[in-house]
Amino acid sequence: MPHWLQLMIDSLGPLLWAALIFTAPLTLLSFVLGLSLGLVVALIRLFGPAPLVPVVRFYVWIIRGTPLLVQLFLIFYGLPSAGIVLDAFPAALIGFTLNIGAYTSEIIRAVIGSIPKGQWEAAYSIGMTWQQAMRRTILPQAARVAVPPLSNTFISLVKDTSLAAAITVPELFQASQRIVATSYEPLILYIEAALIYLAMSSVLSHLQGRLELRLGRYGGYLEAHK
Amino acid sequence: MIGLENIEKRFGDNVVLKNVSVEIDEGSVTALVGPSGGGKSTLLRCINLLEIPTSGTVRIGSDALTFHPGGKVATSAIQKLRRQTGMVFQNFQLFPHRTAVENVMEGLVTVLKWPAERARERAMELLDKVGLAHKADAWPATLSGGQQQRVAIARALAPSPKVLLCDEPTSALDPELAEEVVEVLSQLAREGTTMVMATHDLRLASTIARQVVFLDAGGVVETGTAREVFTNPQRERTKRFIATLRQEAKGGHA
Repeated sequence: MPHWLQLMIDSLGPLLWAALIFTAPLTLLSFVLGLSLGLVVALIRLFGPAPLVPVVRFYVWIIRGTPLLVQLFLIFYGLPSAGIVLDAFPAALIGFTLNIGAYTSEIIRAVIGSIPKGQWEAAYSIGMTWQQAMRRTILPQAARVAVPPLSNTFISLVKDTSLAAAITVPELFQASQRIVATSYEPLILYIEAALIYLAMSSVLSHLQGRLELRLGRYGGYLEAHK
Repeated sequence: MIGLENIEKRFGDNVVLKNVSVEIDEGSVTALVGPSGGGKSTLLRCINLLEIPTSGTVRIGSDALTFHPGGKVATSAIQKLRRQTGMVFQNFQLFPHRTAVENVMEGLVTVLKWPAERARERAMELLDKVGLAHKADAWPATLSGGQQQRVAIARALAPSPKVLLCDEPTSALDPELAEEVVEVLSQLAREGTTMVMATHDLRLASTIARQVVFLDAGGVVETGTAREVFTNPQRERTKRFIATLRQEAKGGHA
């Protein structure tokens, strides 16, 4: 067996383990928390009390306008100077959650706004309250439109978690760096890490397609309203 | 049974309705007719408070709400009045993510908290009534415009409203599909359903309306029975409008 293949097989275990216990939880947790945050932010921007609107706009402005890597450094290396000391994983989780919250809030704001006013009126006309209309009529339709852009964000996130290596989280990419440090084979190890990210992204793309089919089973929106 | 008293509606400086009063009897069918922009849709939407009047009183049965410029009316009071009405829209506005029967069940299940089984039973009865029981499990996107509008009528009727409001129910449909909707609405009229419709469909208005209210430039120009207004209009403005409608009907335009 060639040396490079042997090395890849030997390192596959540690790399997959790092992906399983750090990359996957970090991705899933920060996406779920970030998406919830994004929903709240979007609702405030669309319907919220006037004094809160500039607050959430400021948040989105800061997060979108500064590099994710800088944000992670600020949280992990910067905050201790202000007396806030966080472990690496929670620091990364906070950073990614804030990041996902800002980006998804813009997506959610757009898709909620894309549902025609007539759907709100139809919901009101059968007696629904604002909350009922939102939950039963608007969000389910908005969710379907949101799947492609949210999947984009999710897939970007899987790859972006590699930045957590820089704040000492022993996730997939950092695991590959460690093996490089002892094997002196950066080309082979980094290709292997890239392939694992590629595999995870591909699985997610496939799931996105399935979800779109499932949510799209009722046919085109325009068809229903022509 | 339904009273609109001194309704005024402004959008900014634009006065859309001024001092409109209309009385609607239980079991009657009233058509609001008039040129586009004359205020008929807005007046109709003031009945179920999708538009909040700037001032005036809306009364349905024993419930009444009076509006004043700058005054706030509680959402719960608006809802209470609105829940006594059902509405049919020009563009149907079925919920595209729910099947025909789910559309009809929605108000019963979500608003009135009926158990799903009972709601489905009632929804099936109503779909049967509009001739669409066989389409119960169809998605709205797969139905013709006429079928969608009939489902929308069933949806509006499900919570047994005191009045059915129809906003241009046939104008998005070609004449053939409009016919099936007119048939359903006439049947409802014969059964004594109280209805108010904004329409410029002469056939619809003359077939089923008892009372006709002609609106132009935000005010009531003429009120009378359908026969009076359509065959012997008193006002010059009404005469001109009825004449153009007849011409259109002859020319085969919708």
